[in-house]
Amino acid sequence: MKLAIKLAFKNLIGAGLRTWLNVIVLSFSFVMIIAAKGILVGWDRQAKKDMADWEIAGGQYWNANYDPYDAFTLTEAHSVIPGQFKDEIERGDMVPVLITQGTIYPEGRMQSILIKGIDPGQSLLELPTGRLDTAAGALPAIIGSNMARANRLSKGDYVTIRWRDANGTFDAAEILITDIFTTNVPTVDVGQVWIALDSLQSMVLMPGEATILTFRDQENREAGVGDWKLMTYKSLVSEVDEMIKTKSVGQSIFYIILLILALLAIFDTQVLSIFRRQKEIGTYVALGYTRKEVVLLFTVEGAMHAVLAAVTGAIYGIPLLVWLANKGISLGMSSAEFGFTMADTMYPVYSGSLIIGTTLLVMIATTIVSYWPSRRIAKMNPTEALRGKLQ
Amino acid sequence: MNNNLIIETKHLTKRFPMGKGEFTALKGIDLTLGKGEFTGLIGPSGSGKTTLLNIIGSLDSPTEGEVIVMGSSVGIMSAKEAARLRKENLGFIFQSYNLLQVHTVYENVEFPLLLLKLSSSERRKMVHDALEWVGLTDKMKQKPPQLSGGECQRVAIARAMVKRPSLVLADEPTANLDAANSHNILQTMVKLNQDLMTTFLFATHDDKVIGYLRRKIYLKDGLVDKIETA
Repeated sequence: MKLAIKLAFKNLIGAGLRTWLNVIVLSFSFVMIIAAKGILVGWDRQAKKDMADWEIAGGQYWNANYDPYDAFTLTEAHSVIPGQFKDEIERGDMVPVLITQGTIYPEGRMQSILIKGIDPGQSLLELPTGRLDTAAGALPAIIGSNMARANRLSKGDYVTIRWRDANGTFDAAEILITDIFTTNVPTVDVGQVWIALDSLQSMVLMPGEATILTFRDQENREAGVGDWKLMTYKSLVSEVDEMIKTKSVGQSIFYIILLILALLAIFDTQVLSIFRRQKEIGTYVALGYTRKEVVLLFTVEGAMHAVLAAVTGAIYGIPLLVWLANKGISLGMSSAEFGFTMADTMYPVYSGSLIIGTTLLVMIATTIVSYWPSRRIAKMNPTEALRGKLQ
Repeated sequence: MNNNLIIETKHLTKRFPMGKGEFTALKGIDLTLGKGEFTGLIGPSGSGKTTLLNIIGSLDSPTEGEVIVMGSSVGIMSAKEAARLRKENLGFIFQSYNLLQVHTVYENVEFPLLLLKLSSSERRKMVHDALEWVGLTDKMKQKPPQLSGGECQRVAIARAMVKRPSLVLADEPTANLDAANSHNILQTMVKLNQDLMTTFLFATHDDKVIGYLRRKIYLKDGLVDKIETA
């Protein structure tokens, strides 16, 4: 094997430009796969981190009737916060959120929204809820930048808000936009107005009630507490996983095409080599190689394209990927346009498993396409090969 | 078995498929070749000399009959055994040199020793000796495309001789060389034959080669026509 590797390397380098063309094409595959996969990994990590920071922390308890995809459940999706969480809430390790439907009237237009009540003193989530404590003539409220943009609202604007209380009675008030925050998490931004929890509780006549309880620490959580069901961190980020998986399939098709093109070039080179180097094959046999050993030599030679491609890819790929990881990739789009958590700038993450996995994938694929045409050597007649007479 | 016997063929027949029928290249050859011989298989194209050389070299197998090379029967050898025979005991010299083009002269000559898994110091010494025999010590870093035809064939001789095989099979070794180079090559081979007691078997129809042979086996239509001993 050592001799086969030594010979294969020598033959490969000796083939000159043909080898380097294959190697460069294959190295593109290496770098593109790692770069593209790195973006997905970075996206996945960033999305989960942003979700945890802005919305879900270590996990949540949901009122059993709460369904984020069905606004009609909100009238029933609230109940009194269990007493056992009192200490945790006081410590700031749990944040209750009450959610109800409402309407705002920016510039005379009517816009359905969700009104979310949260403790202004909380520090578990990144929401700038401290701005809900502002003393003003109107009800202080904070909104996300996407919500502000969609409704042409600015900091300091007053806007009428209308809601129904627990008895079904409509009421309305003026809110003052005291802060506009920017986040990559559209589920705390788009179509939502955040006000103080006690204000909302008194507005809707639901004292001491909430829809969601967001907690810091997931350990030793009961699966259900009264009519509150546990939503683990993992289940809450599963949508991100699903979305990344979907994106990954689409992206895989792209790099499989790229890889196939590179492998076709190697396959073609191998087929040509076997025809052009018949005398050489015969010579190896005459000097004492078995045909199987010659097959191994040619397979190693083909597979070595992947080794050279990995080295070549590393030479230009490492600086490029490091630059991308530091600089990020700006997609020029907002997360709100997609409805899922996505940063405006993606920072790819290249893990060891990604690099090793990609290298192994390319090497195995290259070895297979190198072996495939090389099998023909095993059927060659060495006397005819020596004279270069095979057709 | 005679210890001096290197090759023995018994009623060796070789048939090749040709269209719907068969072509008989060798029609029952009986031959023996002893240690240290400098012998040639002589005949026109199609007489069967290369076929006989290939079978003796275990690159091909007989259809009928038996070929014993260094005590082993070629017809019943496995591919691995045949490869070992070639690797350890046989040297080949080809009409078109068959050198490895991307390797240097040194590496080409070293190749058979790599297959024998010799140490680098042993290899170095043996390669230097072989290149000295053929007078190419000054060209060891060059590659075949940089050499003349005569030099390439001398590299091929060095490669065939470097492991000091018992038998060297040379198929038309002077066919691509001019007269001066042919004589030079042949004189080198005669000297190696005398100094190292290596058996040389040629397949040729070149008069220059025939002039150097001590035993001439004339083949005609797959049969031994006559044998002449100098």
